[in-house]
Amino acid sequence: MLTVAEREEIEAELARYPTKEAVCIDAMKIVQRHRGWVSDESVRDIAELLEMSPADLDGVSTFYNLIFRKPVGRHVVMVCNSVSCWILGYEKMREHLTKRLEIEFGETTADNRFTLLPIVCLGACDHAPAMLVDNELHTDLGPDRIDQVLEAYK
Amino acid sequence: MAQEKPLTEAIPLDGQALSLRGYEQAGGYQGLRRALREMTPQAVQEEVKKAGLRGRGGAGFPTGMKWSFVPMGSDVPRPKYVIANADEMEPGTFKDRYLMEGNPHQLIEGLILAAYATQADVAFIFIRGEYRLAQERLARAIAEAHTAGYLGKNILKSDFALEMILHVSAGRYMCGEETGLLNALEGKRANPRSKPPFPPVAGLWGKPTTVNNVETLVNVPHIIAKGFTWYQGLSRSKDYGTKIYGASGKVKRPGLWELPMGTTIREILEEHAGGMREGLRFRGVLPGGASTDFLVEEHLDVPMDFLEVQKAGSRLGTGTMIVLDDRTCPVGMTSNLIHFFAQESCGWCTPCWSGLNWAKQILAAMEAGRGKPVDIDKLSFQTKFLAPGNTFCALAPGAAEPLQSALKYFREDFERHIREQRCPWK
Ligand SMILES: Cc1cc2nc3c(=O)[nH]c(=O)nc-3n(C[C@H](O)[C@H](O)[C@H](O)COP(=O)(O)O)c2cc1C
Ligand code: SF4
Ligand code: FES
Repeated sequence: MLTVAEREEIEAELARYPTKEAVCIDAMKIVQRHRGWVSDESVRDIAELLEMSPADLDGVSTFYNLIFRKPVGRHVVMVCNSVSCWILGYEKMREHLTKRLEIEFGETTADNRFTLLPIVCLGACDHAPAMLVDNELHTDLGPDRIDQVLEAYK
Repeated sequence: MAQEKPLTEAIPLDGQALSLRGYEQAGGYQGLRRALREMTPQAVQEEVKKAGLRGRGGAGFPTGMKWSFVPMGSDVPRPKYVIANADEMEPGTFKDRYLMEGNPHQLIEGLILAAYATQADVAFIFIRGEYRLAQERLARAIAEAHTAGYLGKNILKSDFALEMILHVSAGRYMCGEETGLLNALEGKRANPRSKPPFPPVAGLWGKPTTVNNVETLVNVPHIIAKGFTWYQGLSRSKDYGTKIYGASGKVKRPGLWELPMGTTIREILEEHAGGMREGLRFRGVLPGGASTDFLVEEHLDVPMDFLEVQKAGSRLGTGTMIVLDDRTCPVGMTSNLIHFFAQESCGWCTPCWSGLNWAKQILAAMEAGRGKPVDIDKLSFQTKFLAPGNTFCALAPGAAEPLQSALKYFREDFERHIREQRCPWK
């Protein structure tokens, strides 16, 4: 079931677009903002609200990088693996992160604090390597900086 | 004479956004005032055509001409749309983020002018989800523009009306391809559409739609406020205006610089980026983002404009360069690029998704010391299939560019990986 708050936010979006379908990505992002991820049940609920087939919405949901179809930890760390960051030491940064957090890409730490994911170029190539934590940009990263940044996310 | 930098000179150096007041004091919204006061939509199109503005999103299509394809008059399909393409996911590209974070009103004014020129009713800014700061600043600026009478009904007391919507995307490289973008906005997977019909005739929800890159649009207020003659004078080449150039990789001072169109690669890399880091030598450069062909030392004096970079065998693309140094493995770099394209392929055309995945595996094997002598031919063979004309959109030909040029300029490095059965850089 969608909550009242989720429903109201989705309906506010509906006013801005000529079709219900156009709101579906926003709707999934709204649910994700409230719950951290988009479950199969949420897909069905949103599809019903927007008069779409759940299968179609599922197809859309899996296409986009920023829709999470699996539960994530309290904080999502997204590491840029594109070319400028690669030149500036992405591999080392990845090694450091996986060692420190004791997880691989796509996994969540046992204490549910961090989920680690790769992401494409963050448009911060002049300050590579770069990563996002909960959509906040951190740049010019080395092992020490990474440790400092992670400390701020409890 | 000091070089003029119309697109960036008003951007505060402390990382803050230029306020509405600051923008107006710097001459902001004068282009819009002039257009609404004394120019017909066709006259705005004409001014942009004469200025010779070409799209900064990668393909270099003439902007005024694109606008002239939009059906005009009272009996055309409505609403008509204009869209700012702020998806910026081309690896190595970081110029649009800077323009939006630093001066959001400049983009808004450019988009309003594009809407006026094509008589559009609704404007979208399609921005990637990761650009949170730019989103916040644009949302605030759109609200300010409404209050100040630059958006909404009766803009500046004229009878022109426009609504502007900030659409935050959920991330995928294909969303930047203009028809993929239209599908994403309609709530679908961002697969590209077959063309024709082209978006200016039948785009978003089948209505006439113009899609322009952020940097393209921010040129427009200046062209309209100061005229095409002034604009042409900014450049050092036959492509006009200034360009936001960038450099990343192991140069001393990576960054962005607004310079006359036609500034040479050497000047950008040596004077502005400060040359290579201590102890490193230049080996090559992708001049305009991940989907452009490598250029090498013999090309350093090539002026960075559409025509000259093409003559040298590459593309100006987004104008943001990625520099390869002599301690970074060219095979590894190519492998990273092809991995990106294979991952972002939407899967529609076989040469693209299957060809790129195959190339990705060959390159990964080479890096891991399992390359075979036939692999080089196999890779060249793939670039032929990825070439323009064989696929539905430009992702595949774009992916072929760094691969084919790496095979040409760094062939001995590929051969060495195979001969020594290892990456010599590791
Ligand atoms: C796979 C792919 C991704 C693209 N991504 C972008 C992008 O992020 N931003 C952009 O402005 N253009 C992008 N383009 C180019 C657009 O399709 C389109 O040509 C451009 O937005 C037109 O604007 P312009 O004429 O002002 O350059 C991309 C093209 C392809 C094939
Ligand atoms: S070229 Fe690639 S990305 Fe473009 S439509 Fe074909 S499969 Fe999709
Ligand atoms: S390549 Fe990592 S931010 Fe651009």
